[in-house]
Amino acid sequence: MQLAIFIIFAILCIFGSILVITLRSAVSSAIALVFVMCVIAGLFALVGALFVAALQVIVYAGAVMVLFLFIIMLLNLKEELISEDDKKFTRFLGIVLGTAFLFELAFFVRTALMRGSEALYEPVPKTLSSIAVISSELFTKFLFPFELTSVLLLIAIVGAILLAKKKNEK
Amino acid sequence: MSLGLAHFLVLSGVIFAIGVIGVIIRRNAIIILMSIELMLNAVNIALVAFSVYMRNMDGQVFVFFIITVAAAEAAVGLALAVVISRNRKSVDVDDFNLMKW
Amino acid sequence: MHGPLWLILAFPLLGFLINGIFGNKFNRVTVSLVACGAVGISFVWSAVLFFRLIALPPESRIYVEKLFDWISAGKFNAAFSFYLDPLSALMILMVSGVGFLIHIYSHGYMGHDESYARYFSFLNLFTFSMLLLVLGANLLVLFVGWEGVGLCSYLLIGFWFTKKSASNAGKKAFIVNRIGDYGFLLGLFLIFVTFGTLNIAQITEQAPRLLASGGILVTIMTLLLFVGATGKSAQIPLYIWLPDAMEGPTPVSALIHAATMVTAGVYMMARMSALYMLAPLTMGIVAAIGALTAIFAATIALTQFDIKRVLAYSTISQLGYMFLACGVGAFGAGIFHLMTHAFFKALLFMGAGSVMHALSNEQDMRYMGGLKKKIPITFWTMLIATLAISGVPGFSGFFSKDEILWESFASPQGNILLWIIGVITAGLTALYMFRLIFMTFYGESRVKSHIEKHIHESPSVMTIPLIALAVLSVIGGYVGIPHLLDGSDRIGRFLEPSFAHFSESAIEGHHSAGTEWLFMIISVIIALTGIYIAYKMYIAKPELPVAFAKKFKGVYTVLYNKYYVDEFYGYTVVKPFIKLSRIMYNIFDRVIIDGSVNLIAYITEWTGEVLKWFQTGYVRHYIVTFMFGVVIILGYFIFR
Repeated sequence: MQLAIFIIFAILCIFGSILVITLRSAVSSAIALVFVMCVIAGLFALVGALFVAALQVIVYAGAVMVLFLFIIMLLNLKEELISEDDKKFTRFLGIVLGTAFLFELAFFVRTALMRGSEALYEPVPKTLSSIAVISSELFTKFLFPFELTSVLLLIAIVGAILLAKKKNEK
Repeated sequence: MSLGLAHFLVLSGVIFAIGVIGVIIRRNAIIILMSIELMLNAVNIALVAFSVYMRNMDGQVFVFFIITVAAAEAAVGLALAVVISRNRKSVDVDDFNLMKW
Repeated sequence: MHGPLWLILAFPLLGFLINGIFGNKFNRVTVSLVACGAVGISFVWSAVLFFRLIALPPESRIYVEKLFDWISAGKFNAAFSFYLDPLSALMILMVSGVGFLIHIYSHGYMGHDESYARYFSFLNLFTFSMLLLVLGANLLVLFVGWEGVGLCSYLLIGFWFTKKSASNAGKKAFIVNRIGDYGFLLGLFLIFVTFGTLNIAQITEQAPRLLASGGILVTIMTLLLFVGATGKSAQIPLYIWLPDAMEGPTPVSALIHAATMVTAGVYMMARMSALYMLAPLTMGIVAAIGALTAIFAATIALTQFDIKRVLAYSTISQLGYMFLACGVGAFGAGIFHLMTHAFFKALLFMGAGSVMHALSNEQDMRYMGGLKKKIPITFWTMLIATLAISGVPGFSGFFSKDEILWESFASPQGNILLWIIGVITAGLTALYMFRLIFMTFYGESRVKSHIEKHIHESPSVMTIPLIALAVLSVIGGYVGIPHLLDGSDRIGRFLEPSFAHFSESAIEGHHSAGTEWLFMIISVIIALTGIYIAYKMYIAKPELPVAFAKKFKGVYTVLYNKYYVDEFYGYTVVKPFIKLSRIMYNIFDRVIIDGSVNLIAYITEWTGEVLKWFQTGYVRHYIVTFMFGVVIILGYFIFR
C-alpha cells in the first residue's frame, strides 16, 4: 500500500522536476517547482514526518517560491531562446555527467543496502509526536545552530534589502 | 516488496541529478537558482528517509535548518539577480563572461 | 713563552678593514698613520716575541697557539693555529720590519695618488696575508696566506687598473700563480692522504716513518709543492709574471717582489725540509732549476733598459740562488740569503722609486745619468745595496751568497757544476747591477731637458727608510759569519732546529778549509771582475755596449727579448686555451645551459597558453568541470 503511494508520488516528483528544467517560460518552471515541492511534502507525510511536511509547504512552497515568482515577474523575463545556443556540447556533456553521477549514486545505494532493504515503514509512535520531539531537540541539542540561524536570517534580510535598493543618483 | 530506504535514496539521487543537469543546461540565472532549490530538496528527502529509518530525529531537525538556510540563500541570490539585471539588462549567465582569460 | 701570537696578525688586518671601509673619508695623514701604525705595532710585538723565544733554551724554542677549531669533517681536523719557532720568528721580524719601512716610504711616494686609502688598505692586507702564511701551524692556514698574498699581488700590481698594461699584468700574475697553486694543492692532497693531517709539526715528525726515502710518493709530493713554489717565487717555468709586475707602484715592487711574497716559496720549502730531505731527486731538480733560473735571469738583466725590469730579473736571479741553497739541503743558507736579499733588494727598488720620483717618473736608463751629485742620498744608499748584492766582502750579501756558493759544492747534494753556474751568475750580477748604477748616476746627463730642471732629492719620509735599509744591508750579514772567518754563524745555529739535516753518514768527506778559502776568493775575484767590466763598458768607453750589441747581434736580440719565452707561452698555451674557451662558450654555455633555462621558461609559457583555455568565464563550464571531478572521484571509490 505504502509502496504504491510512494511510486505515484515518485513519478509525479520526477516528472515535475523534468518540467522545471525543460520548460521555456520561467513562470512555468516556477509553477512546476511549486508542484514538486508539494509532492515532496506528501512524501514526508507518507513516512510520518508531519512537521517537516508542513514546514515544506508553508516555508518552501509558500514563501520561497512566491519570492521566485515575484522576481520573475519583476524582471519581466522573456522566454529563453534556444536557437542561439551554441554550447550544445556543454549541454550534452552536462546530461552525460549527470547520468553518470546518478549511476554512481545508485551503485552506492546498492552496495550499501546489500543486506536487503529493511522494512522501513512503521507508524510513528503516537506518544512521540513529531513536533514535540523536534522542538525539544531544537532547544537543547541544537540550540546553538538555532540561534545562529536566526542571525543568518537577519543577515539575509538586511543583505537582500541593501543589495536590491536602487541607488539614488542625484 | 515493501517500501524501503533504497527507494527514497534512489529518488533523492534522481532528483539531485536532475537538478545538476538543470544547472548545466539552462542559461537563465533564475532557473538555475530554481534547479539549486531542487537539489536541496533532494537532499531533504534523503535526510528525512534516513531519520525515519534510524529512528533518530536529528535528520528532521537538520531538514529544518536546511529549509531555513535555503530560504535565506534564495532571498539573497534573487536580490543579486535583480541588481545584475538592473546593470546589464539580462540574466543570461552566458553574458557574464568577463572573467575569461 | 706566552703572549698572543694572533696580535701580530690582528693589527694589519684591522688596518686593512679600517682603511678599506673608512679610508675615503680620512685625510692622507690619518690613512698613513693607521696603516704604518698597524704594521709598526706588528713589528714591535714580533720583536717582543722574538726575544721571548730566544730566552728559551734552543731545544724548546717552539710555541704553538690555537685560535679555534676550524674544520672538523670526518677524519680531517684542521685548527686555525699558529706556530712560532726560529724560522717563523725570523720571517715575521723581516716581514713586519721591512714592511714597516716600505709603508713609511709609500706615504711619500704615493702622496699624489688619488686612491690613497685603497693602496694602504691593500698593503696592510698583504702584510696580514704574509704573516698568516709564515705563522701557520698547518698547511691549510699556510695556504690561506698563500692565496691571500696572491690575491693582494693581483690587487696591487693592477693598482692603476685604468691602464691596460697594468691590469693585464695583474691578471697575468694571478693566473700564473694559480697554475702554481694547482700543483701546490695536489701536493697538499697527497700529503693529507699519506699523513692524515696537515699539521706541519706532525708531518715533520712522522715523515721519516711513513715515507720511504727517495720513494716515488715523497718525490711526487715534494715536486708538486715545488710547482707551487715556482709560481710564487718566480722560477722557471712560472717566472713570467714578475717582470710584468713592475707595472705596479714601486713600493709594491719593493714589498711584494723583493722582500716578502716571492720569498713565500722559499719559506715553504724550508718549512717542509723534512719532506724534501727524503726526496733527493726532487732536491736535485730544485737545485738545477734554481741555478738555471739564476743564470737565465741574469743574462736577460744585462740587456734591459728599464731600471725596474733590471731589478725584476735580478730578483728572479737571486731567488734562484735561494732555491739552489734549498736544493742542496742548505736551508739555513737559503733563509739567510732571503733575509739579506730583503734588505738590499727592497732598498734597490725604493731607491729606483726615488730616482723615478726625482726624474718625474722616467724609467728608462738611457735617459738618466749624472745624477750622483744631484740626488746624493739616493745614490749612496743604492750604491751600498749594489755592493751588497754583488757580493763584495764586508757587505751582507757577501756572507749569504758565499755560503750558498760553498754549500752548492760542499753539501752531500752539491755538485761542482752548480757552483760554476753560481759563480758565473755572481759575476753577471755584479756586472748588470753596476751597469745600472753607472748608467743611472754616473757619466754625462742624458736626462730630457724638461725633466732636468726639476730634479730634486726625495723628501725625508722616503730617504729615511732608504738609509735604514742601507745600514741593514751592511750589518745584516754579520749574524752569519762563517766559521772560516772565525765567526760563529749565529743565524745558522739559530735556525738549525727548524730544519731537517743530513744524516752523519751522508756527510762523507770533510772538504778542507783550503778548498773553502779558494772558492771564496774565486767568487770575490769574479765579482770584482764584473764590476770592472761594467766600469769599462759604461764609464770608460761608453761605445762598447753598442759595439757588443752589434757584433753579437743574434745573441743580443734573444737576450733583449727575454728569450721569447712570453711569446712561446702565448703560442703554445694561451692561444689553444682561448680557443677552447671560445668553443666551450659557444657550445656549452650558449646552447646547453642557456638553452635549457630558456626551454624551461618556454615550457612554462606553453603550459600557461594551453591551460588558459579553461578559463572561459562561463559559469556553466566551470560547473561541468566541477561535476567531472565529482564523477571521477566517486568512480575511483567505486572501482577501488
